[in-house]
Amino acid sequence: MSAALSETRPRAVVHRLARLRPGTWLLAACGLVILLCAAVPGLIAPGDPLAIAPRESFLSPRWGHPFGTDESGRDLFTRVVHGTRSSVLIGVLSTLLGVGLGAVLGLVTGLGRRWLDAAGSRLIDAMLAFPTLLLALLLIAVRGPGVATVIVAVGLSSAPGYARLLRSEVRRVSRSGHVEAARMLGKGPVAIVWRHILPGALGPLLAVATLGVGQAIVWASALGYLGLGAPPPAPEWGAMLNAGRTYISNGWWMTVFPGLAIVGVGVVATLAGRRLSARWAGRGGAR
Amino acid sequence: MNAPIVHARGLRVAFDGVEVVRGIDLSIAPGTCLALVGESGSGKSVTARALVGLTGGSVSAEELRVVGADALSLSERAWRSVRGRRVGTVLQDALGSLDPLRPVGREVADAARLAGVPLDLPALLRSVGLDPAAASRRPDELSGGMRQRALIAAALAADPELVIADEPTTALDTTRQAVVLSLLRARVEAGGALLFITHDLAAARRVADEVAIMDDGRIVERGPVGSVLAAPMSAEGRRLVASVPWERPRGERLLPDDAVPGVGAAARLAGGDAERPVGAAPANGEPGGGEHRPGEAGHPAGPAAVVPSSGEAGGTPVLELREVTIRHRGADAPTVVGASLRLERGRTLGLVGESGSGKSTLLRAAAGLVPIEAGEVLLGGEAWSALPERRRRARRREQAMIVQDPLGSFEPRWSVGRILTDALGRRDASAVRGLLESVHLSAAVADAHPRTLSGGQRQRVAIARALAVEPSVLLCDEPVSALDASVQARVLDLLDELQEERGLAILLVSHDLGVIRHASDNLAVLDGGTIVESGPTEAVLAAPRHPFTRELIDAAPRLR
Repeated sequence: MSAALSETRPRAVVHRLARLRPGTWLLAACGLVILLCAAVPGLIAPGDPLAIAPRESFLSPRWGHPFGTDESGRDLFTRVVHGTRSSVLIGVLSTLLGVGLGAVLGLVTGLGRRWLDAAGSRLIDAMLAFPTLLLALLLIAVRGPGVATVIVAVGLSSAPGYARLLRSEVRRVSRSGHVEAARMLGKGPVAIVWRHILPGALGPLLAVATLGVGQAIVWASALGYLGLGAPPPAPEWGAMLNAGRTYISNGWWMTVFPGLAIVGVGVVATLAGRRLSARWAGRGGAR
Repeated sequence: MNAPIVHARGLRVAFDGVEVVRGIDLSIAPGTCLALVGESGSGKSVTARALVGLTGGSVSAEELRVVGADALSLSERAWRSVRGRRVGTVLQDALGSLDPLRPVGREVADAARLAGVPLDLPALLRSVGLDPAAASRRPDELSGGMRQRALIAAALAADPELVIADEPTTALDTTRQAVVLSLLRARVEAGGALLFITHDLAAARRVADEVAIMDDGRIVERGPVGSVLAAPMSAEGRRLVASVPWERPRGERLLPDDAVPGVGAAARLAGGDAERPVGAAPANGEPGGGEHRPGEAGHPAGPAAVVPSSGEAGGTPVLELREVTIRHRGADAPTVVGASLRLERGRTLGLVGESGSGKSTLLRAAAGLVPIEAGEVLLGGEAWSALPERRRRARRREQAMIVQDPLGSFEPRWSVGRILTDALGRRDASAVRGLLESVHLSAAVADAHPRTLSGGQRQRVAIARALAVEPSVLLCDEPVSALDASVQARVLDLLDELQEERGLAILLVSHDLGVIRHASDNLAVLDGGTIVESGPTEAVLAAPRHPFTRELIDAAPRLR
């Protein structure tokens, strides 16, 4: 432990990278590919995801069209690659929104006076009582479909879980001996929250949030599948899945490749989240 | 009947090639008790586990016979018919060793059931002082003392020839300790053999016929309990005897320089604790220099001299509690009722009572950490409990607190240096060094994380942090009850020394009357939330008026 901490020189960093397990390497490579697809899709699939070619419709996977083409002759590989950005963006942004909202609610209920805690906790209970997708559907019904709405809807649905976690963490740390010791040193509530309670309570929240990204991506795809995300021609995995559904008996590739993309990104995000949370959880007492 | 129950010659236990038990001889006859005494890490628990085949290391011996069987050649299967049935074991951690999901009675009866021995459970429970009704309750519904007694009942259930008790009373307060120890002694009187393992000679005195003192994997001294306690021959034996604070006058060092050896468990275990003789002169340049007054000791040498000063109103007390009543939120009955205390500069007030008597609550009320329902707390003659929290905060640094579990009181992410810097409220490396020096820790400790320190070192860091705020009042909540006997003695010596240097007023809460008697000028006895007796320590102990005080005196850990 202490040896790992003292190794901060560049050579030591290289040494530590070399010691990572093969699974970690594979995970990192997959993550890099996904990030590349999201950041510069044109580099990997230079074609236009919206370009239609009616004479090339329903082509099975082949040289030049590795994932095949859809009913309008659009190249599925290009569309899957270009769909990465919106999926990843929705996953990350909605998680950020959920964590942000959850953090506010969790802090208010965890630190506030009893009546505030009671009121806030009932609000969290009420939000948790809604099935996740139902809450999202409700919001979309009010605001109409669209990427921004999906982000807000998924973020809002995940917020109460984060809020409840943070509330209990804040309570745990507030009752601990070192917070009492800080009070004995004459520190004010702001200093205690900032220097002791927040650093102690945020670790577990961030660990769970990294896991939440994969979940959010899957939810966003589900909304897209229902036609509630980005409007039709846009390359969106959920919507593509739905479009391919009609032709599933003679064009399996139209559902399989977007589906694999959703599962793949979800798995990579979740595995990465688990690694990170294991690391952060281990750090709770360390350093 | 004369064949020994346990007979070991040249017993050695090694883990990964490192020997922790290095060739010891043991013999326990039926109807006798051998106490194996030593500090943490001396190898005593490993020895006990070797006798039931549970070490997990490699065991060798010229001869090792336990209840008539050759323990070196027993198969795991054969061991199972020995453990529980012929050898019963009591471990220290009562909560950890009972299944939280099962009624205690079933757990207790297990050994008898497995051995096929008929069992009268109510009679067994009564024999260890438990109400038979407790059998249907789960461990978390029982107090620590009751759980420990249930464990003893479990060890006795199959009527074994040998009972091994490994620190069975360390987690209990002294009155409950006394009950458990007399139970074990009764077992010996009834003809059982007992191996009693402890770090506390005073506990050994109540149970054992013979003691063997272990240090660094070897037995350094053995003999009848009376003669060893009266005149220990080995350095380790002298140190353990010196660590018992009962009847050691106020102000006297428990461990003089020559009792701090450079060898064995102390040096290895305590590390920084033993780096510097405890009696050495304190370093110059203490941060609290303004408070130095080495000459005018706050406590005279003899107990007699203490008596006059406390009865009269000599100056303003630095801390005063007037008729304080505390009720926890939502509780029906108050935890503390009408408690009054006076603490003067340079003096120590001991607050003694059983667990649950409300002594910690009272201390926390004095710290302004729990609200009081009635009465008043004054700090330095001015309102304290009556102040709103915001105004109390400005004066918090007049007090400092030390708790039983120092590790929990440190921010888990911080090093020792950061903890002390934070308490100082300014970046000042030399002040941090000065603080460490004043609690006899080396400056290198500043870079360490508290988790990597020993229990004694952690408590020293906690004391250093307390000194950082230059308090006038030091509130100590069971500061030594989680420590080994000699580490406890060193921490008590340190508190004494710091009080002398700085004129600290100390409120000392403990369940151990021995600690209170040695370290306090005045004491208050708390029973069930009420102060039943108070006054100058020696005067109260010479003529206790309340039966509970007499009970505490009887239970106090002592050597005679």
